[in-house]
Amino acid sequence: MEIVLVGLNHRTAPVEVRERVSFNAEQARRASEELRSKGILEETLVLSTCNRSEVYGVPPETSRESAPGLSTFLSEFHSVRMDVLGTSLYYHYDREAVRHLFRVAAGLDSMMLGEAEILGQVREAYRVAHEQGATGPVLNRLFQGALEVGKRVRSETELGTRPMSVASAGVKLAERIFGKLGERSALVLGAGTIGEQVIGQLRDRGIARLFVMNRSKDRADGLAKQYGGEVLAWGEWERALPVPDVIVSSVAAEGAIVRREIVEQAMEKRANRALFLMDLGLPRNIDASVGKLYNVYLYNMDDLTQIVAQNRRARENEIPKADAIVEEHVGKFLSWQASVELVGLMNELRTKMREERAQFIRARVESIKHLTEADRAYVEKMMDELLQGLLLEPAERLRGEKDLRRKIHNVEALRDLFLSNREKP
Amino acid sequence: MHFTLFISTAVAYALSLALYLIFLNTGKALTGRLGTVLLAAGLVTHYFALLERSHGPHTVPYHDLYGSMSLFGWLLALTYLGLELYHRQRSVGALVLPFILVFFLAAHLAPADKLSPPEAHGPSFAFHVALSILAYSAFALSFVLSLVFLGEERLLRNHKLGNVVWRLPPLELLERMSRSSVLIGLVSITIGTALGFLWVDRLSSKYSFYDPKYAITLLVLLLYAVYFWLARTTGWRGARASKLCVFNFLIVFLSFTVVNFYFSHSHRYF
Repeated sequence: MEIVLVGLNHRTAPVEVRERVSFNAEQARRASEELRSKGILEETLVLSTCNRSEVYGVPPETSRESAPGLSTFLSEFHSVRMDVLGTSLYYHYDREAVRHLFRVAAGLDSMMLGEAEILGQVREAYRVAHEQGATGPVLNRLFQGALEVGKRVRSETELGTRPMSVASAGVKLAERIFGKLGERSALVLGAGTIGEQVIGQLRDRGIARLFVMNRSKDRADGLAKQYGGEVLAWGEWERALPVPDVIVSSVAAEGAIVRREIVEQAMEKRANRALFLMDLGLPRNIDASVGKLYNVYLYNMDDLTQIVAQNRRARENEIPKADAIVEEHVGKFLSWQASVELVGLMNELRTKMREERAQFIRARVESIKHLTEADRAYVEKMMDELLQGLLLEPAERLRGEKDLRRKIHNVEALRDLFLSNREKP
Repeated sequence: MHFTLFISTAVAYALSLALYLIFLNTGKALTGRLGTVLLAAGLVTHYFALLERSHGPHTVPYHDLYGSMSLFGWLLALTYLGLELYHRQRSVGALVLPFILVFFLAAHLAPADKLSPPEAHGPSFAFHVALSILAYSAFALSFVLSLVFLGEERLLRNHKLGNVVWRLPPLELLERMSRSSVLIGLVSITIGTALGFLWVDRLSSKYSFYDPKYAITLLVLLLYAVYFWLARTTGWRGARASKLCVFNFLIVFLSFTVVNFYFSHSHRYF
């Protein structure tokens, strides 16, 4: 019942290697099947995201013995030479493998600390493997625990609450002013990469209407089509500015293209309804004095970058809390694992003692032949009761005492001690 | 007040405050919901405490500081709970509960008059008192909401977000909540004042028609009506309207304290 994990991620492998070792859904299924049919693993689960590819499994032998077979399999499956793969792979066994998965689900191992998507990806990977029948009792319990850790970390810490990119910070700020954006409209000036990122965020947050204004109409048309927006002709400020509640500007321009006078006019037309402006251009696209107008909120790239940095620090402060949740669940999982293994061990021990008792009686059958059948049966019954009594208390303690189960790290050592059939010296 | 009712109400409000504070700090939804449940529990026990108090004078407790403050606290809690449920927003709870708790505890510490039936009583008079105090509590709530708005607006404009801004309600929601609260206050004070004038007519032998309380109440009504109009329709929306709301409440406070204690003939505690 040991656990092995072999994988690579953004910290151990460059993107070129990660691309080659990633699994799509079909490959993940095929890899799981092959690993089990070749006898490398008994239970398997492949977790593959843009930043990591990991194979979790329960090997037939010990976890360390299965690792070389797994890395060779990965090398062959993806046709990547071992000398390329070798330096990128990491191996975790048992407790460390459990801790690693729980940290992954919590977002602690992500490139962007606390990202929310990873929990969904873990859930999906587990669903696929479970439906395929690739998981068994150990991986089922392990991944259910991981999903619980992910949920708890997100609800009990602030690891995932603060925006971590300039685009998302800007959109979250807009929500601080307007609340939900479902009845709001936005104008995006400039259809470059940053503009597109913000449009994506605004659409994710359910913005009702989206206007795009760009010097190149083709690019504006493309973005508007992709995200369901309307294109406005470049420079139509009087028509464009009074309507939207959020204005995002990321235009390559020499000076300010959104001047104070035109925003003043727009505010008059919109009866001073609040207006949020994000100036993501360098040099700045919006006259800085616009921020002094009544009910106008202006944030530039520096302001938003500073907020992201503050948020990163705030998230980092949450790591100890999240780690404590991870450790609690690692303990729970290991306790469960130990209890399952110990119950098996106790059953085996009980069977072995019965056999020993039968052998003991057989060896002394001559010396007790003066006993009647009834007496012999009575002696055997007493011996059974004695053996049962010897095992009863430890069995009850193992059932009832979680701490005791956690203390027993190596069930195999106990098995070796009590159940191995060594030659007697 | 029965001691058990006092203790259970105080404990419920205090626990609710603690939970709202944790909710504001951590954003845990369950904690916020528990805060609401305890506030509702506090409202129920507080209601029975008021009911017990009103058995003596056979009317709503208004003729001593004790009853009046306690009723004010209860109506403030009731108004807040209504707004919280209507607007689905709990973040302000941590800022409103201290007022509720202070009024409740201060009422208990204030001297209670003899529980003899006052001259004015009966259902319509009870409505006059209850609606007037409801109006004051609604205005107090809009005052708190406006202060939160002004604080949050300043932080957002100065780009000093800190940790709290991410937990507070959006500015526009605070404005809406404040307007809802003022609307409750306006409707209550209008009906309450009309019922009050009916009573002035009935008790004309005892009370003067020229009580300064009438003038200041009409001024309060007018100021809040102006706020309500400005906050919705013109360039005053936002911080200006909130500042007006804060100013209006200062007039209410003046009406509740200086005018009641030194000038009014018939309105000592409401």
